[in-house]
Amino acid sequence: MNEILEKRVLSEGVKDIIVSSPVIARKRKAGQFIILRVHERGERIPLTIVGSDPEAGTLRLIFQEVGKSTMQLGELEVGDSILDIAGPLGKPTHIENFGRVLCVGGGIGVAPVLPIAAAMKEAGNEVISIIGARNKELLILEDDMKAVSDRLIVTTDDGSYGKHGFVTDAISMLVEEGLTFEQSVSIGPVIMMKFTSALAKKNNIPMMVSLNSIMVDGTGMCGGCRVSVDGKSEFVCVDGPEFDGWLVDFDQLMKRQAAYLEQERRSSEEYHRCKLDAQVENLEKQS
Amino acid sequence: MTENTNTPEMPKKEIKKKPKKPKIPRQPMPEQDPQVRAHNFKEVPFGYSIETAMLEASRCIMCKKPKCVDGCPVEINIPGFLKAIRDGEFDDAIKILKSDNALPAICGRVCPQEEQCEIKCVVGIKDEPVAIGRLERFIADWEREHREIAIPEIPEWTGRKVAIVGSGPAGLTVAGELAKLGHKVTIYEALHKPGGVLMYGIPEFRLPKAIVEAEVDYVKKLGVEVVYNAIIGKYLTIDELKDEMGFHAIFIGTGAGLPYFMNIPGEDLVGIYSANEYLTRANLMKAYDFPNYDTPIARSKNVAVIGGGNVAMDAARTALRLGAENVYLAYRRSQQEMPARNEEIHHAEQEGIQFNLLTNPIRFDGDDKGFVKSMTCIKMELGEPDASGRRRPVPMEGSEFELAVDTVVVSIGNGANPVLTEATPGLETNKWGNILADDDTCETSIKGVYAGGDIVIGAATVILAMGAGKRAARAMHEQMMSMELEEVMK
Ligand SMILES: Cc1cc2nc3c(=O)[nH]c(=O)nc-3n(C[C@H](O)[C@H](O)[C@H](O)COP(=O)(O)OP(=O)(O)OC[C@H]3O[C@@H](n4cnc5c(N)ncnc54)[C@H](O)[C@@H]3O)c2cc1C
Ligand SMILES: Cc1cc2nc3c(=O)[nH]c(=O)nc-3n(C[C@H](O)[C@H](O)[C@H](O)COP(=O)(O)OP(=O)(O)OC[C@H]3O[C@@H](n4cnc5c(N)ncnc54)[C@H](O)[C@@H]3O)c2cc1C
Ligand code: SF4
Ligand code: SF4
Ligand code: FES
Repeated sequence: MNEILEKRVLSEGVKDIIVSSPVIARKRKAGQFIILRVHERGERIPLTIVGSDPEAGTLRLIFQEVGKSTMQLGELEVGDSILDIAGPLGKPTHIENFGRVLCVGGGIGVAPVLPIAAAMKEAGNEVISIIGARNKELLILEDDMKAVSDRLIVTTDDGSYGKHGFVTDAISMLVEEGLTFEQSVSIGPVIMMKFTSALAKKNNIPMMVSLNSIMVDGTGMCGGCRVSVDGKSEFVCVDGPEFDGWLVDFDQLMKRQAAYLEQERRSSEEYHRCKLDAQVENLEKQS
Repeated sequence: MTENTNTPEMPKKEIKKKPKKPKIPRQPMPEQDPQVRAHNFKEVPFGYSIETAMLEASRCIMCKKPKCVDGCPVEINIPGFLKAIRDGEFDDAIKILKSDNALPAICGRVCPQEEQCEIKCVVGIKDEPVAIGRLERFIADWEREHREIAIPEIPEWTGRKVAIVGSGPAGLTVAGELAKLGHKVTIYEALHKPGGVLMYGIPEFRLPKAIVEAEVDYVKKLGVEVVYNAIIGKYLTIDELKDEMGFHAIFIGTGAGLPYFMNIPGEDLVGIYSANEYLTRANLMKAYDFPNYDTPIARSKNVAVIGGGNVAMDAARTALRLGAENVYLAYRRSQQEMPARNEEIHHAEQEGIQFNLLTNPIRFDGDDKGFVKSMTCIKMELGEPDASGRRRPVPMEGSEFELAVDTVVVSIGNGANPVLTEATPGLETNKWGNILADDDTCETSIKGVYAGGDIVIGAATVILAMGAGKRAARAMHEQMMSMELEEVMK
């Protein structure tokens, strides 16, 4: 169970894996996620299900190594197994034929946008997508997104590839072209979702965002993932992860995400040190 | 008991019998010093020695019509196992105990004995009651430490398959009972560890996790299979279990896993936890051993815990062990109304938890990074009794005061988690989301689907969950055995 069957590196620190998980592969719908644990002492971390093959019984996960747990996940190789995978969690994206849909992904956020764009396309929508990254090296999934979009705009913050600028600039450009959107989705760093949502609201575009709050169980049992939406406290893992971007309190989400910053830093520093120590030890043994 | 006890409950016969002299006082259970234990996660009481246990058991006068048994939701043959302990027949004692209670090491620790079996004990009329819970714990521990746990002989497979949702005490009880009757049992558990609240909620210092694991192991040895990370309603549905996977009966024991918040300003600030989150991080994820374990938890100086139940005591005592200098317990009624067990309140006081009674938080304020920094409370006074019979607390105008805190744990109760019920059409619930089930059989509105424990009666106790499990198992067994085998094998 949970064996890693394929593994690719998409960009520096971003990995794309295919994992065996037959029941979830059959069940999952666009917008849902899993929670995994890499090892016995590990924490439970949520990752979006980027895609699945129900026949092969596999899931596709794409993750960025930002701390100890994602780094440890990144160290697993083909043939290794992930200790626990629970899912599919969260409510599926509301998919229907809206007409024209805008899909915006920034950084690692392109990964969770991909299944939604694909489902929107399949439901008969005209899909226009914008994907952005800090620079060319960090851009992921361009081909995958192209395959499910009627039109794809790429932006980089430094202009090293595609359009120079932020994804918000690309949204403004589309609006200036006179395009209207019946629905849109934006996933990326919270700050990006905050600005895209504000822009969408200004232009009267409905916008869904997928929130990545800190989670523990993912089943509505702990309330650790709560965010404020329209002044109401919601649990991201069961009421979301998608919410109406016009109504989310992004500032609060950013603060809540930083709850353990100090400890996470300690934990990954210690982890790095241990790894270095082990390497040194290995070298010493060899010499 | 002596002749001059002329209480109406005393059956005549017993008075004739030559009683043991009840002069031996109730034996205390040695425990870690409060100053020491407030800084470690080791279990607080050490348990009885063999000698003390035999002495304490000898305080029981072996009533012919034992009142204590009426107080036990699973009707353990209490005089039976006490007599065996008194006589040093420990193997017999454990056999008697286990025939009615599959999880004695757990119940002996966490049952509210003082309100159940012990409150009814006749010795308690004049003296202190026999320490039934401590003796139950003693004998279960003795077995675990001295014996290869005996596995009863399992009858041949009946051809029937049972699915159980949730591995809390309710689910484990149904699993154990039905496995012993020869049914094939599979438990589906949402988390990565079994035990429900026993594992993720009740702290290590009150219920060591190794004990929960040993009790679960016993159930597994009866042939029960456990599938982890399986959230029913998401991973598989009740309909699929029933119609596609061919389970002949299903039991739902999903507990009361939905934390209530107070809905007051500032409650979403960083550092404000539900008790479920705080305890899950600490217990299930072992955050107290961070960074050896990867899950972090706030380690703060000033912690406020809101509530007055066992859960609040557990959270407060956990905060202390995580290094807090001040732990305030804010409870809106007075100490008499606290739902927590006396023993827990006593332990908490000994360890230095500061009780702020008749105190209700009304607002939280945070710093510029969004971390909670203070809690504003209002003092309460007790007014007329409310529906629960307890006097209703009413705020005292102008009595607001502010307390500097950096962590808050909200433990004002849990409701029914809707993940499973929302995904199960036809499963009837009440207005709070609890599943409706028959009192005797535990059957729900869906034929062949049973439910019990906290998901039915709301947050309650381990032993009540187990009692429901036993009733459900009996009904499920009957129902399945009444099916034609052909129907069963289809
Ligand atoms: C529903 C959902 C879907 C997600 N999908 C993906 C995905 O497809 N790919 C992906 O790379 N990441 C995804 N994430 C984020 C991912 O869960 C976190 O990056 C991961 O938990 C970080 O763990 P760590 O131990 O490696 O880092 P840590 O050391 O724990 O944290 C490093 C940084 O990540 C932030 N962080 C910590 N925990 C979380 C968390 N649970 N969610 C968000 N940020 C967190 C911290 O604030 C910190 O800045 C998703 C999160 C959610 C809630
Ligand atoms: C902190 C705390 C302290 C307590 N202290 C005491 C005490 O001292 N004495 C006492 O008697 N009682 C105590 N209680 C109450 C007692 O623990 C509960 O009444 C009892 O555990 C209820 O048992 P249960 O089997 O109904 O549910 P739970 O123990 O809640 O178990 C339910 C299980 O079902 C799983 N589950 C939920 N939904 C799903 C799903 N959809 N699919 C699959 N699995 C699912 C959960 O993960 C969990 O493992 C305490 C409770 C808490 C929270
Ligand atoms: S199970 Fe609980 S109520 Fe019953 S005898 Fe044991 S401690 Fe008492
Ligand atoms: S425990 Fe108390 S009530 Fe029960 S049999 Fe002994 S003396 Fe009687
Ligand atoms: S992660 Fe615990 S309730 Fe959402």
